[in-house]
Amino acid sequence: MRIELEKRANPSTLYSVLSPFLALGLTVIAGGIMFALIGKDPVSALYSFFIEPLLDIWSLHEIAIKAAPLILIGAGLSICYRSNNWNIGAEGQFIMGAIAGAIVPVVFHDWHSPLVLPLMLVFGMIGGALYAAIPAFLKAHMNTNEILTSLMLVYIAQLFLDWLVRGPWRSPDAYNFPVTRDFAPEAILPELIASGRANLGFAFAIIAAVGLWLMMRYTLKGFEITVLGQSERAGRFAGFSSKRMIWFSMLLSGGLAGLAGISEVSGTIGKLQPIISPGYGFTAIIVAFLGRLNPLGIIAAGLFLALTYVGGEAVQLTLSVSDKVTRVFQGLLLFFVLSCDTLIQYKIRLVFSRLGQSSEGGAH
Amino acid sequence: MSAVGASGGSPLLAVRSLTKLFGSFAACNAIDLDIQPGEIHALLGENGAGKSTLVKMLFGVLAPTSGQILWKGEPVRIPSPGAARRLGIGMVFQHFSLFEALTVAENIALSLSPGISLSKVAEEASRLSHLYGLPLDPKAHVADLSVGERQRIEIVRALLQNPELIILDEPTSVLTPQEADRLFETLAKLKAEGRSVLYISHRLEEVQRICDRATVLRHGKVTGACDPRQETPASLARMMVGSDVASVTAAGTNTKGDVLLEARHLGVPARTPFAVALKNVCLKVRGGEVLAIAGVAGNGQGELFDALSGEYPVPEAAAVSIRGKAAGNLGITARRLMGAGFVPEERHGHAAVPALPLSDNLVLARNQSDRKTFLAGGVLGVIRHAVVRIASKRISETMDVRKSGENPAAGSLSGGNLQKYIVGRELDRQPAVLIVNQPTWGVDAGAASRIRQALVDLAKAGSAVLVISQDLDEIFEVATEIAVISEGRLSDAYPAHELTREKIGLLMGGMYGKTEGEVAHAH
Ligand SMILES: Nc1ncnc2c1ncn2[C@@H]1O[C@H](COP(=O)(O)OP(=O)(O)OP(=O)(O)O)[C@@H](O)[C@H]1O
Ligand SMILES: [Mg+2]
Repeated sequence: MRIELEKRANPSTLYSVLSPFLALGLTVIAGGIMFALIGKDPVSALYSFFIEPLLDIWSLHEIAIKAAPLILIGAGLSICYRSNNWNIGAEGQFIMGAIAGAIVPVVFHDWHSPLVLPLMLVFGMIGGALYAAIPAFLKAHMNTNEILTSLMLVYIAQLFLDWLVRGPWRSPDAYNFPVTRDFAPEAILPELIASGRANLGFAFAIIAAVGLWLMMRYTLKGFEITVLGQSERAGRFAGFSSKRMIWFSMLLSGGLAGLAGISEVSGTIGKLQPIISPGYGFTAIIVAFLGRLNPLGIIAAGLFLALTYVGGEAVQLTLSVSDKVTRVFQGLLLFFVLSCDTLIQYKIRLVFSRLGQSSEGGAH
Repeated sequence: MSAVGASGGSPLLAVRSLTKLFGSFAACNAIDLDIQPGEIHALLGENGAGKSTLVKMLFGVLAPTSGQILWKGEPVRIPSPGAARRLGIGMVFQHFSLFEALTVAENIALSLSPGISLSKVAEEASRLSHLYGLPLDPKAHVADLSVGERQRIEIVRALLQNPELIILDEPTSVLTPQEADRLFETLAKLKAEGRSVLYISHRLEEVQRICDRATVLRHGKVTGACDPRQETPASLARMMVGSDVASVTAAGTNTKGDVLLEARHLGVPARTPFAVALKNVCLKVRGGEVLAIAGVAGNGQGELFDALSGEYPVPEAAAVSIRGKAAGNLGITARRLMGAGFVPEERHGHAAVPALPLSDNLVLARNQSDRKTFLAGGVLGVIRHAVVRIASKRISETMDVRKSGENPAAGSLSGGNLQKYIVGRELDRQPAVLIVNQPTWGVDAGAASRIRQALVDLAKAGSAVLVISQDLDEIFEVATEIAVISEGRLSDAYPAHELTREKIGLLMGGMYGKTEGEVAHAH
């Protein structure tokens, strides 16, 4: 016996639109079952996970802080994925952006000027973009699979950061703790509004997402991305180059991931340390798909995933469950998003093999 | 209804007021159809009449909106191709679904249950292929096979399921005449065994030759049934189109202009193991001329198109020149800006992106040549969708493109209608040089004559037109000069009136001392 996926003749448009919400609902239900199984009251657990964070100003700010990198990275990744380039290494580009941006406040810590912050942001983008240039070069000129190379580069970036903060960049007055010196005040990303910690990074995220949405919807560049993503041959006929598109999409998403990285260390952490990201670069992949690879959808998806981080921290405190619940919820969500999408396009059939019986292959 | 059935008994398959709506558009509208056991039944109709939609419903690819399908008198529901195969219906699609890197036997095994061993599949496949006169080597790699041989795989694959009804959707539009003849012999054998065939084709001569009965569709409705042997191609065409089909009026003018397109010693090495290398190709097309390149498919036509269009430029600038300027090393955009237009052979995924609306597919080909009209905002390149849509509408009207909405996805158009749009998209620019690869495959008689007339008219207006085609009727209708391509080499061009079919056949074979039939599989 085996399981086969059979393409539906008429996939329902209604369900395709509802799919992300369906996935959300299923995640909540599965999460409730999970809480019940570990002996917690599912209703109150879900309440403190999903509702409570929305009720006070402090956690709303936390959500904005966590949503900023997710949206920035997710929006960039959506451009990659739409053009059929599979950058999985945003986490590494995030870290390299943070390191490149931190050159100014760490290495030139005696230099004080209003130019410090803008320079940091630019360096951050360049750092992320250059790091994404490695898989781009390998794909465009050596025909290497960018999924593998970009993913492997993540681990190199993580270890590089670790080495930096334990070695050459370690702060002289941190009692041997593996951190760099604290950034000077002019190297700190300003807060957005007076009521809390949310910083300019969130504004960058919204601007980038809206900008990319406008590009995809109205400009020839967006059209080029769509065409090359669907058919390389038709793109060539239109005079578009898929090689150039590899560079464009990888540098763009790398640059945005780098900007997210430097915004995070400058706005939230204030220095470099061995771990600067709870996996934003990977979670942003979920964000990109949950948002249907549409930058506006990605804003909504980024806010929701940020809620899972904040809610996870909340239940960790109130119910004393493991901090892994956040990851479990994110995993469940990705699982349900992908399975809803698949089951709307395909139906499952069990095949009991009998000799000579036909299968579903070869119909088209 | 009229006509003598092949047998008087109850039909094998009957369709009762079958309807398929796309939105509010009825692609098939209350269709009735009977197929008797042991008959070859033709389904005729102009482009967009609903033929493919109808057979896709019979094979479970599309779900009917309403109506009934009766199999041997019993009402049935066909939810999937698998269900159709289990009933005893086999289908050969126009576009094949074969894996190029696998062998024939492996491709066939892929569509069967995994329990069957490869050697058994190979054995059974070669038994069937000999039985039906469809020579196939189970160990051959698909990539090395001609289109005709690939189609045989699909037919054998369908036959392995021992079907009682076989549906063929435009099977001959990609075949050489010799390959088509072989297919007809196979169909005759199937018929003699009592199996039925439902046959879709735009080639009326072959319908007359092999079909017992014909049903004609127009705008999604059955408009008539007849015995094709009692009709003439012209009367059949009239039934399909509703009026007489105009014949293309005399090619070219006598006043020849400057050389607008030239290839000089163009050589291109094979890009992939399955491609054909171009060897020392020389050609010249003047304004007012239509140069037609005849040849059996797979002899370098695609490669020649790629090199002339600039999709794959060559290092030597002088190898191709457009309007007197060297262009060999320039890309397709630069060549379009020099006044050239291009129509590739493959519609889906080359000339058009099926999932995008028609207007976007207009931007696809003309985003730089019409930059001033279609784009705003300077470097931002904002697409002026409203303007593009108006231009797209104009093209649809000029070329009489039938579609289910104002601006539907290109992939939802019937094959012939999409072809009209793609040709119209270039003609609308009045290009000085037009290069067309297989302008009318899968296009109905009315639309084909319209497209050919448009090509001739373009040349009359002073442009240089290069037509690559394997359809000799088409070539004699449009060409002022004819050359022949074989194994990547191009013969000299001869004035069309000096050539006959026989001479072209000799040119194809004679060039390298081969017979015409063998050239089909040449590599
Ligand atoms: N998926 C779809 N969505 C909307 N309209 C469609 C779709 N598929 C087909 N149509 C429309 O239905 C009509 C019939 O199409 P069909 O492909 O059956 O024509 P056909 O008779 O096979 O023509 P051809 O000879 O050109 O292949 C066309 O007008 C086409 O635009
Ligand atoms: Mg069709």
